[in-house]
Amino acid sequence: MSFEPILLFFLLRYLRRTLNDFSPHPKWQKQLLWAQYVVAALFILTITLPRENLIILIWDIILLAFIVASFRIFNLAHVRQVLYAILPMVMVSFLVSLSQVIWADYYLTIEDYSDYFYTAAFTWMIALLILSNKQKKALLKDRQHQEEEAARIRMDAELKAKLEALVQERTLELTQQKEELQEALSALKQTQSQLIQKEKMASLGELTAGIAHEIQNPLNFVNNFSEVNEELILEMVKELLSGKTKEVMNVIEDIKANNLKIHHHGKRADAIVKNMLQHSRASAGKKELADLNALVDEYLRLSYHGLRAKDKAFNVALITNFDPGVGRINIIQQDIGRVLLNIFNNAFYAVNEKKKRQIIGYEPTVSVCTKRLTDKVEIRVKDNGVGVPENVMGKIFQPFYTTKPTGEGTGLGLSLSYDIVTKKHSGELIVETREGEFAEFIIHLPVGVN
Amino acid sequence: MKILVVDDEKDMELLFEQRFRKEIKEGIVEFAFAFSGEEALYYLDQHDQEAVLILSDINMPGMSGLELLKLIKQKFQSPPPVVIMITAYADAESYNSAMNLGADDFITKPIDFSLLKEKLKIKVNGQNISSR
Repeated sequence: MSFEPILLFFLLRYLRRTLNDFSPHPKWQKQLLWAQYVVAALFILTITLPRENLIILIWDIILLAFIVASFRIFNLAHVRQVLYAILPMVMVSFLVSLSQVIWADYYLTIEDYSDYFYTAAFTWMIALLILSNKQKKALLKDRQHQEEEAARIRMDAELKAKLEALVQERTLELTQQKEELQEALSALKQTQSQLIQKEKMASLGELTAGIAHEIQNPLNFVNNFSEVNEELILEMVKELLSGKTKEVMNVIEDIKANNLKIHHHGKRADAIVKNMLQHSRASAGKKELADLNALVDEYLRLSYHGLRAKDKAFNVALITNFDPGVGRINIIQQDIGRVLLNIFNNAFYAVNEKKKRQIIGYEPTVSVCTKRLTDKVEIRVKDNGVGVPENVMGKIFQPFYTTKPTGEGTGLGLSLSYDIVTKKHSGELIVETREGEFAEFIIHLPVGVN
Repeated sequence: MKILVVDDEKDMELLFEQRFRKEIKEGIVEFAFAFSGEEALYYLDQHDQEAVLILSDINMPGMSGLELLKLIKQKFQSPPPVVIMITAYADAESYNSAMNLGADDFITKPIDFSLLKEKLKIKVNGQNISSR
């Protein structure tokens, strides 16, 4: 009974499995499997054959050859370890078999020793195999660990890639949204400028209607009174011829009166046209540093005394509060002066109108104050007059809009003021009011505008 | 014939008196003046149906001529006074809204008095015929 075929069989099996674990190689796998079958078949075949010792020797030679070949082919630490483990066993068996075959007589003398050799080789083999098995297991574990790590890294990478794709997608969406918003914004801006243009055209239309109305009224008088005078002159000639001196004098008085009217309304038309031109033409005035408080004070006096001169009964309590911090700012003095005059006149007019209502205990008051704010200066003009009705608030800055009786206001004052403050000085003109109680005009002028 | 002139231009009074001085002298027409819509309504209330013809401006502070026209046409119906609008607004919109509110005629400033006199003759004669 020999162990060589069994050893070879298991060696082949071991090799196949180890290769499978560490470096899979389909070609070798197949061949090793075939070799297993061949070894099994040969083993069964050789059991029945005589000359046992010779067959064992042949097995030993095959085994040795296989070990040497394996050693050279499979450059794997485990495989080599296993080969080292079984090599002494095989060598002992080979030598014993060889001596049995060649020196049958001599063999008997060493047979007693051979058991020792076998024992030593077997022990060596078992010890080395156990060690190898342990190492293999540790290695496999390590490998598994590495594989897990690799899998984890791969998964991380995949996740990262997925996330990156998602981020890219979102970024694209956001960019698209941004572009859409930008388009919408520019469309809105365009619409806005179109609306402003429309508004301008509309106010031009209003302007034209206003001009027509304002000019036609005085023209009506100029035309008709001059025609009347023509008739009167003819009449006068007739009366003169018939010698009615008294009638002639009457007619002359009429002609004179009519002529005054013609002159008055002619001037009125002239003033309207001049105001209109002032409204449309850019002023040649240049911005210069001016003491705003002094300017406000000057125009307040101008306005107040102008009205006092016209109406002796006119009286109003003036409250002024000038902030010295306002200092000198860059403005077109002439234009701001016009704005102030306008607003003061309106305030005085409003308190005077309310005074006419004869409310008991009513004290007409106009207060003017200036204030330095962070990046602008503020002028507040408040009166406790009739206020502005809510339904006309939207119109007060329109050209030719006036609540005053014909002839008293051109309707251009606030419209002009608005343009001067907002366009020429990049400021603000705000109105706060309650009908019948008060009106407050607030002017904001930015500081340091050139 | 009594004519009520409604206009916020004070000089209208003098102008009409001068322009119609012959007619006034002969007693053909008599003028009354109101300088606002409110004043005109007050006058009409006080002088019940005296004025057979009203000449009214459109653009006036306070009550506008169109509002006045509407009120007159609602309030005074037997017989309705003839109302002629006189305005510096020569646009179609003003004309249409005046006519829609029942104005009998519409003339523009500067007033052509010979045209106005012609219209007055026709309006008054027409009314005289229809009222007979």
